Amino acid sequence: MNAPDASTPMTTAERASRETDRTEALSRGESRLAKRFAALREANRAALITYVMAGDPDPATSRELMNRLPTAGADIIELGMPFSDPMADGVAIQRAGERALAGGQTLAGTLDQVRDFRQQDDDTPIVLMGYLNPIQRFGETRFLEAASDAGVDGLILVDLPAEHAATLTAKARDLGLSRIPLVAPTTPAERLPALLAQGDGFVYRIAFNGVTGSQSLDLEGPLGSALAQLKQQTPLPIAVGFGVRNAESAAAVARVADAVVVGSALVERLVESGVEGALALTETLAEAIQQARQSG
Amino acid sequence: MTDFPDANGFFGDARDGEPGPRYGGRYVAETLMPLIGEIEAAYDAARIDPDFQARLHELQQDYVGRATPLYFAERLSEHFGGAQIYLKREDLNHTGAHKINNALGQALLAQRMGRKRLIAETGAGMHGVAVATVAARLGLTCVIYMGATDIERQQPNVQRMRLLGAEIVPVHNGTATLKDAMNEALRDWVANVDDTFYIIGTVAGPAPYPRMVRDFQAVIGRETREQMIDRHGRLPDTLVACVGGGSNAMGLFHAFLDDTDVALVGAEAAGEGLDSGRHAASLNGGAPGILHGNRTYLLQSDDGQILDAHSISAGLDYPGVGPEHAYLHDSGRASYVAVTDDEALGAVSLCCRLEGILPALESAHALHEAGRLAATQRDDQVIVVCLSGRGDKDMDTITRHLMPEGISA
Ligand SMILES: Cc1ncc(COP(=O)(O)O)c(C=O)c1O
Repeated sequence: MNAPDASTPMTTAERASRETDRTEALSRGESRLAKRFAALREANRAALITYVMAGDPDPATSRELMNRLPTAGADIIELGMPFSDPMADGVAIQRAGERALAGGQTLAGTLDQVRDFRQQDDDTPIVLMGYLNPIQRFGETRFLEAASDAGVDGLILVDLPAEHAATLTAKARDLGLSRIPLVAPTTPAERLPALLAQGDGFVYRIAFNGVTGSQSLDLEGPLGSALAQLKQQTPLPIAVGFGVRNAESAAAVARVADAVVVGSALVERLVESGVEGALALTETLAEAIQQARQSG
Repeated sequence: MTDFPDANGFFGDARDGEPGPRYGGRYVAETLMPLIGEIEAAYDAARIDPDFQARLHELQQDYVGRATPLYFAERLSEHFGGAQIYLKREDLNHTGAHKINNALGQALLAQRMGRKRLIAETGAGMHGVAVATVAARLGLTCVIYMGATDIERQQPNVQRMRLLGAEIVPVHNGTATLKDAMNEALRDWVANVDDTFYIIGTVAGPAPYPRMVRDFQAVIGRETREQMIDRHGRLPDTLVACVGGGSNAMGLFHAFLDDTDVALVGAEAAGEGLDSGRHAASLNGGAPGILHGNRTYLLQSDDGQILDAHSISAGLDYPGVGPEHAYLHDSGRASYVAVTDDEALGAVSLCCRLEGILPALESAHALHEAGRLAATQRDDQVIVVCLSGRGDKDMDTITRHLMPEGISA
């Protein structure tokens, strides 16, 4: 694999050609993710990706929230698949998963929630996020087929590293599902090409070392330059997640990344002030992202 | 058979050209992947470094007290009236269990890597005590994650860890036992990758842990082999060990994997019985899945959610099992039985009265199975049981169950 070396800066011409690649890659293909990112790029706006846990706090409320997220300004929906042992998640998402499971949420139920959403919205991309065990128990191939059939666009699998992902990624791709790679602050430059080569849809850059929702974001530090480097190495859009909590941090991320992921803050808001509260936060964040690049 | 795991950390191989069931691997968040790679590289270098091995050996001998005796349990053997039962006395190690074999090895590795902060999960508290102990000895900071339920039932060990200078973090999530402590330790690690070394206490977790922990525990089986050959000029017929995550069992089994005449038996915790649904027998009552970084047998629901384990012994109260055991189970090289809470309590009592040895509740599961087997065998046959730890920590539980009216009764 002939990947650019992160340590050597590119020439202006190289950078320009990379930019063209990015734009082409975004509009190529028919996937909802590609179309949505192409449209947003056209509008010079970052995407707002909202994470909610399927079935939290109960199946009906979760469906209502999900169905109303696009109108409130969500461009892409990340739907959590609850798991009893979410080792990479902080307290907010742990509790969300516990509530969902206590309410009887199953993997089949989660796919059903997607199917339900698709009745009214065939454009907003849906990405499922979660852990491998429930999927393996369901049956990997059966799950991928069912997810594709339900209208899922991508998968973020927290505990599936690139080293073990080849088979699943290929199967997913055949079914039109993107396996979205996670890139961490600890990911060394030499590991990136392999991660990115398998990746599809977009790249999820974890903002800091830690679990979801544990810190707030610092764009002054190494994250800014890491994003610049990452952009040179992949034509895929780059989303930044973990630590976006309010309009200010959402706008800051929107200036430097292609997408802003909000999870724990939204999940907390849902518990505190219900669907209306969560939608109000979504509107605030969408507005901040909308204005970020104009004022910035 | 001794060549596993492969380069990707898997145990098991292709069968008839089809990929067979494979266990292990490295199913963790991307943040941890580079770090775990570093640990593997550092471990592989330390493994063949004579200086590292010499220091490990010296501390094993003078600090831990190795080699541990292989003791002929004459009266227990008489009681069952069959095979000769030998006890590999890991309870005589410093801190009272086999756990320190691994804690010492990993702490030396952490020190070699320049890590200043050790974290660990603990169930019974024996691994926590072992890590707190070696942290004190090596001058490293120590944080122990322990389920709130376990803190309650293993008080003496909690006090010991505090005295040794460790910080104890109670975990209230989920079932508030070992698996939840492990989740919490993993979360700590993800947030503190720069200075922290996670000492996993059993042969589970992402590669290279199952291999590394096994290697540090393999001293149990190496000594047993030598001691048997010295004394009897031959190998034992059967090895029995309890299986929580499976580290004392892998430690005993490893040196004998290629001796196919030696039967390997693991005793899982059947809790209140396999049919009760309240047990911790992942191999006897679980199905393959992925948890804590490895593919292995797990207690899980039809929807792939991890179920609560139950055992009277905190150290066996885990819904998974090390991936090498999953492989040995499938391949038939080892067999795994399940022993109930009551049977284990019975073995505690018997071992106290006949041998003057108070075994840990965990180890008592293996003792029960050894007794059962011995009764069916000839008196020229030899069973070695891993007496993985001493039972002082369990006195509260034992008293409550065996002597509800109090010790004097
Ligand atoms: C004395 C003793 N034996 C056995 C175990 C179970 O662990 P493993 O199966 O890894 O040997 C424990 C765990 O805490 C223990 O303290």
